[in-house]
Amino acid sequence: MNIHHHLDDATLLSYAAGALPQGMALLVACHLSWCPGCREKMHQAEALGGALLDTVEETAMAEDALEQMMALLDQPDSKAPVVTELKRNPAAQDSAVPGPLEHYIDQPLDRLSWKMLAPGIRHYDLGIKGEGSCRLLRIAPGTAVMPHGHKGNELTLILRGSYSDEFGRFRAGDVADLDSEVNHQPIADSGEDCICLIATDAPLHFNSIVGRLVQPLIGL
Amino acid sequence: MGKDNNEAGDDVNRVVENSALKVARESGEMQQQWSAKLVVLGERKDRAVFAELFSHFAPRLKSYVIRLGLPDAAAEEVVQEAMLSVWRKAHLYRPEKAAASTWIFTLARNLCIDRMRKDRYPMCELPEEEPDPSERHAGTDSLVADRISAALSRLPEAQAQVVYLSFYEGRSHSEISERLGVPLGSVKSRMRLAFDKLRELWGDEA
Ligand SMILES: [Zn+2]
Repeated sequence: MNIHHHLDDATLLSYAAGALPQGMALLVACHLSWCPGCREKMHQAEALGGALLDTVEETAMAEDALEQMMALLDQPDSKAPVVTELKRNPAAQDSAVPGPLEHYIDQPLDRLSWKMLAPGIRHYDLGIKGEGSCRLLRIAPGTAVMPHGHKGNELTLILRGSYSDEFGRFRAGDVADLDSEVNHQPIADSGEDCICLIATDAPLHFNSIVGRLVQPLIGL
Repeated sequence: MGKDNNEAGDDVNRVVENSALKVARESGEMQQQWSAKLVVLGERKDRAVFAELFSHFAPRLKSYVIRLGLPDAAAEEVVQEAMLSVWRKAHLYRPEKAAASTWIFTLARNLCIDRMRKDRYPMCELPEEEPDPSERHAGTDSLVADRISAALSRLPEAQAQVVYLSFYEGRSHSEISERLGVPLGSVKSRMRLAFDKLRELWGDEA
């Protein structure tokens, strides 16, 4: 995969720290599964966690903690996956679905029950709890997404097709890592639908009246 | 964007730097010692070695888990769970990929988040047998590990703060921005600067 747009270092650091909201962490994991360069940086960021663990003060464990622990060692691992129980997920057959996303969908992208958002734009909510939002967006060729700004961070990962905006052209594997200072209007610019994963840590702000009207309805 | 330079005097810096380096050199040997023990554990499931690892890491993990926001009893459980994973997964540990403390940190981090969010922390899982093609710097991590704590202690206050708030308290960019009363953009630029400095230790140009 030929990736040109990568994760921001600040995003990678938060991911390694376990400090990203769930949806954004999912998107980061998806990009990492496709991008060896960002993966290497992620390992470096995790080493920070190790260093902090080396320097943190100690908090005493319960007196019998070690004893209890040793007794647990011989117990069978109840969480170990049983191979025969792993049923094949049809989503895994879709090469546009990165590994970490397979845990959240059970169909290939084309067979998901997409919901209409605006003419030429459909979405599929991944139903992730917690801060921010996380959804798949499907944009028909030539369609422009309503111009919007952000209060917090917005991460977009292209899974299929491509789009262009003020920052350039984004193709499968590319990630747009934007924060509050930007305002942009992506346009799907190839012959096929552009499907992307979008995760935010705060609601988007649409500039147009229509955008502001649909926003509460669609829960963006 | 705020000024992120260390404004303390040069003398103070030098003292801090020297003591940090000394600590790092000592902890460097410790690092390699723990990594070696973890390898032994993976090779022959030695209970005595495990007990040593437990005594060293469990109290540190407990502090970490409590900082992330779990109460004492739950923290104790998560630490136990994490150490049980250490016992069960030690054979998967690769010393050339990460220091022992880093590997154990990631296990505990994931378990903590799983418990606090009731959802698993999304990870990119590469098949275990397959070497990660991204390991360009294979073999250097154990050497680098000792220098990281030194570098961390030399970070300007403003940068150290965002690193600590991220790793020790699990705060998101916007939470940090609110907490410190600085714009989101400054939080992110401080994190980038800190990461750049630490990445130099791998010989990477920022
Ligand atoms: Zn990347």
